[in-house]
Order: sequence, then C-alpha cells, then structure tokens
Amino acid sequence: MNIARRRVTTAIGGMALAVTFGLRAAEPKEKVIKIVARRFTYTPNKLMLKKGVPVVLELTSADVLMGFSAPDFDTRANIIPGKVARVRLNPDKVGTFTFLCDIFCGSGHETMSGTIVVEA
Amino acid sequence: MRQRFDRRDFLKLAGIGGVVVASALRGAQGATGAGGKSDDFYFVQLSDSHWGFQGPPNPDAKGTLKKAVAAVNSLEERPDFIVFTGDLTHTTDDPKERRRRLSEFRDIVSALDVRDIHFMPGEHDASLDNGEAFREFFGPTRYTFDHKGIHFIALDNVSDPRAQLGDEQLQWLAADLKKQSKDANIVVLAHRPLFDLYPQWDWATRDGAKAIDLLMPMDNVTVFYGHIHQEHHKITGHIAHHAAKGLMFPLPVAGSQPRRDPLPWDPAHPYQGLGFRDIDAEVDERKFELNELPVQKG
Repeated sequence: MNIARRRVTTAIGGMALAVTFGLRAAEPKEKVIKIVARRFTYTPNKLMLKKGVPVVLELTSADVLMGFSAPDFDTRANIIPGKVARVRLNPDKVGTFTFLCDIFCGSGHETMSGTIVVEA
Repeated sequence: MRQRFDRRDFLKLAGIGGVVVASALRGAQGATGAGGKSDDFYFVQLSDSHWGFQGPPNPDAKGTLKKAVAAVNSLEERPDFIVFTGDLTHTTDDPKERRRRLSEFRDIVSALDVRDIHFMPGEHDASLDNGEAFREFFGPTRYTFDHKGIHFIALDNVSDPRAQLGDEQLQWLAADLKKQSKDANIVVLAHRPLFDLYPQWDWATRDGAKAIDLLMPMDNVTVFYGHIHQEHHKITGHIAHHAAKGLMFPLPVAGSQPRRDPLPWDPAHPYQGLGFRDIDAEVDERKFELNELPVQKG
C-alpha cells in the first residue's frame, strides 16, 4: 500500500512540476516600464497600455521619497531614493486614468501626476 | 452684520437635501431664544488659509486671511471657540521660512476676537518635518477636548507625509473612544477626508477607513475637515463628513477637470468660492446646523 501510494504521489508531483514548467515556458515576459520620479515630475508621465496586458513598473527617485499611486488599478508603491521599486499594473479597463505622487514631497506636490491610457 | 441664508437658499448652495440645514434664525433670536436651549452653542470652522501662497489664483493673497478675521469678528454673537482645520500656511522647503509663515499666521489670527482657538496642521504645515515646526507654535498635532457635552477629537492625518494616521494614533483613538459612552456626542476634526473622496487627487487618508471602523460603533459622530477647498458633504454609514471652504483659492469639484489646479480668480466676483462656516451645536438633539459665510460680502 505504502509503495503504491508513494508511486501515485510521485506521479502527481511529476505532473504538477511539468504543468508548472509548461506554464512558465508559455507565459510571455511582461513588459517593463522604467519611470523616474523627481520633484515634481514623472518621466515618462504618460503610459500607453493595452487592456489585459499587465506591465511591470520599475520606479526610481532622483531625489526624495516619492509615491506612485494609480488608484483606478489599486496599485501603489513607495519610491525610496537609491532603490528600485517594482510594481505590477494590470490594466483591466479601457480609458484614461491618473497616476500621482501620494507622499507629500513639497511645493509642487499637487501637480506631480501622470496619465495612463489603456486601449482595447 | 451676519450673512444669513434661509434653509432653501442654503440647501441650494450646498446641493444636498437633508444632511445639514442653515441656522438662519440665530442672529434674530439668539442661541438661547425661542426653542433654543441654554447649553446649545456655536463654533466657527476656518480652514486652508495657505499663508505664504502667491499666485494668480488669489491677487489678494496677503489680504484674504485678514478679511476672514474681520468677518469672524463681525459676527453678531461671539462663537464659543474656533477650529482651524489645517494648511494654515503654504508649504516651503526652507524650515526658517516655514516658521516665519507660521509666525505671521499666528500674528494675524491673534486679532480674532475669540480666545479659544484649536489649531490643526495640514500637510502644507507639517508633512515636510513631521509636524515639528507646527508643534513649536501651536502644540500637539492631535488632541481631544470637551465642550458643553460634546467630545471633540482632533486627528492628525498629515504629519506623516504618506497621509496616514498610523497604528499608534489609531490605538490612541480606540483608547479614547473606549472612555466614551456609545451615545456620546462626538465631533472628529481632521485635515484630510477620512474616506476616499477622490484618491486620484490625493483626497483621502490611506488608513482613514480604519478610523471610520473605530468610530462606526458610536451612535453620534460628525466629522469636519478641510483640504479640498470647497464645501462637500458625505455620509458613510451614519457618520456625516463636512468639508469646509478654504481661505486662499478654491479647488475644482473632484474629477471635473484633468488636474486639481486652483480655480481661476474671477475679478467680477472676487473671493468667490472662499469662506468659512459657523456650526450650531444643538446638543440635546445631537444635531449640527451649518451656515456657510463668505470672506467678503458681495
């Protein structure tokens, strides 16, 4: 019984491994968009995305602690100077949306924002 | 002479129905007049004076706060106290300049004919130094006080530049509420909205929902706040949230334009969109009546 059970377990484990590797091999690599934040701008400040095609944002700060927030996609990150903040954004709806700095960074903070355009 | 709104006019101005009503009759009959009770009182909310701001949205940037002080002093009855719900000054990177602005602000409002004033910081006052300069001038950034049967809680959702109250403050709030009876009359003061008014313009408190969750079991809670430079009324559950106008420049309605740039100054209607409010507390009825007042009669 024990031997039989071990064989079954091994077989299932092997299948799971194969399925996992198979999926990874089939997944397209997600596009990476690098964004630099500096008081009081983002570069780039306009992101053109396709609905249903997630991207990875790599965010860096050129000066002070900043935030990146895209409330319509429930996505946000702290951008700590000297570090790269990575955050995945899934554009699940079509339209034009705002992203902004949500960590107060000085006079001009209120103007620190950008646009996400999601096309079908 | 106090500006008066009758109920219909006020509701038209506020664009709402049934949430608040104007206190049209106090000037005529007094807070203790017909139908009034001896422990009813009123206080004034001022907000967002942004002292130090300069720019086209307000060509009278150095005069508007002084006009507001004069307007408060001209009220027919003295309010019991004044609350100032943040952004007393406009932000600056220079700590010396920040203190200079806070000092000038304090000098100007010292002309108010009301001694009991409760100051709160906004992100422009406090977010760049975690409230250090504010505390030097005005003391703690969060506190409680009681007045004629109402428990006031001033929350600080600005000293942390991430626009959050933080776990420690939430624990402080929970401990304070634990000391109140369930039917206590509670007023919460804040700078930012505690609910997600429009996070796309940073009109939110990141952990504000946790504060609302703590307040929700209490029967009578009303929130007065600033930050958005316009009148706004919202109910979350049974908790009413009232935003006040500012005293430097009005901001657009949430989402009405691509960016939250100030509304332009209208020379034909100077000071339009600016103002303050008085708030009648009908203590026994657990009710507040709001009266919106202009900086300058026009």
